[in-house]
Amino acid sequence: MSTTPPPKIRLRGLCKRFGDKMVLDGVDLDVQPGQGMVILGGSGSGKSVTIKCILGLIQPDSGSIEIDGQNVLAMGRREREALLDRTGMLFQNAALFDSLPVWENVCFKLLAQKRISRAQARDRAAEVLAQVGLAASVGDLPPNELSGGMQKRVGLARAIAASPDIIFFDEPTTGLDPIMGAVIDGLIVDVVQRLGATAVSITHDMASARRIGETAAMIHKGRIVWTGPAAALGETGNAMVDQFARGEREGPIQMELRK
Amino acid sequence: MLNPLSLLALIGRAVLAACRQIGALTLFALEALSHLVRAPFYPRMFARAFVEIAYFSLPVVALTAVFTGMVLALQSYSGFSRFGAESAIANVVVLSITRELGPVLAGLMVAGRIGAAFAAEIGTMRVTDQIDALTTLSTNPMKYLVAPRLLAGTLAMPLLVVVADVLGVMGGWIIGTTQLGFSSASYLTNTVNFVQFEDVFSGLVKAAVFGFVITLMGCWSGYTSRGGAQGVGAATTTAVVSSSILILALDYVVTAMFFG
Repeated sequence: MSTTPPPKIRLRGLCKRFGDKMVLDGVDLDVQPGQGMVILGGSGSGKSVTIKCILGLIQPDSGSIEIDGQNVLAMGRREREALLDRTGMLFQNAALFDSLPVWENVCFKLLAQKRISRAQARDRAAEVLAQVGLAASVGDLPPNELSGGMQKRVGLARAIAASPDIIFFDEPTTGLDPIMGAVIDGLIVDVVQRLGATAVSITHDMASARRIGETAAMIHKGRIVWTGPAAALGETGNAMVDQFARGEREGPIQMELRK
Repeated sequence: MLNPLSLLALIGRAVLAACRQIGALTLFALEALSHLVRAPFYPRMFARAFVEIAYFSLPVVALTAVFTGMVLALQSYSGFSRFGAESAIANVVVLSITRELGPVLAGLMVAGRIGAAFAAEIGTMRVTDQIDALTTLSTNPMKYLVAPRLLAGTLAMPLLVVVADVLGVMGGWIIGTTQLGFSSASYLTNTVNFVQFEDVFSGLVKAAVFGFVITLMGCWSGYTSRGGAQGVGAATTTAVVSSSILILALDYVVTAMFFG
């Protein structure tokens, strides 16, 4: 028996079809514990669907998803919920609950599971907001009064408030100016390190990928076509990845445009 | 010339689609109901929905009821006076209000307010990933968003209809005593002596059924909405139209059960 620990997340042959369109066509991916994994890919390449499958938001048609060596898809609902309880997710548009003030958003999970009282939740929210560089007074605002960058930070605070050990980031810098993007990336690296969590990010922003990722994987047409160190992006020797990283029109990846 | 086979295929497709919708809606309702008996519960969400339905619908339901009672008294007077049957006006008003008009009109009013509001709110949550976010925060969206609303609708509507019944009778009484020359005492005696428990009770059962249907259609249309602002708009329309039609159809079913 091998003594090496199983990867934190292991995907094998993951397939998902929407109507006639094969979105995932056999995704194989390993994410090691504590690793920062960045999944790269163009729009519609299947990045989002991959992490939605891992999170149980989409049921894949076939393949296996293992977390800590346990096959998620073979589990009962309760077991699966218990396993996914240790994950957090930052959505692309933050997806804050607009009917609740920021502090209730941040401590939503702790409150819903009655792990803390409402009075404690306010203090806990202030604490977590401080970790993402926001003042405690932000806690009383409704989410729609926040700027895009602040919403992302509150979304990040909400994702980490229950101290998950796997965190997913869906295009964390999309829609932000470059400086705010760098700030969010810095926060992500900080909080992931502090929690000792495994981070899986999807992005098409190369600067962001190099900042938050140690390992990168490139997905194209529903398959992982390359995996390697994120620092090497742009000089990987893989024509597809290099074209994507440099944003070149000519190369092995052809955009399907009508001429 | 239209091929008769393709016409059949068209009808078949529509029937299949309708069956699929009805099946999906039934499963949705059953799942939501199953969450009402399994912890955790969200009393806060229930309270919010209950206040929204019962309290904030009061003005519109009250106005509808008062004017309906007034119109009923006037109309039945102009008809009944031809047969010298004016004394039956109080009876007609109380019977129509408690059995039919109270629950149906309150139901239609609430369908417009609440069905639309729920569909828009839950639909917006769907298209902005807030429903997925609930799942990632270990909260079952059916349990958190749908079940408390269904319960609130089913319990709040009978209360609203009690208010509508009282105000509808009051509307008739206002016209009866000020315009039609009834004495207040004889109008009220006529009303109280004539109305039976079953009249009011059947109306309250209808109210509970309508409350369930309105919230179910609101939540279902919102929950299944797709495609941004347009999808949410369509969900709102579907919620109001389908719950209004279902109210009228189920009104017949419940009436037939009680009095058929």
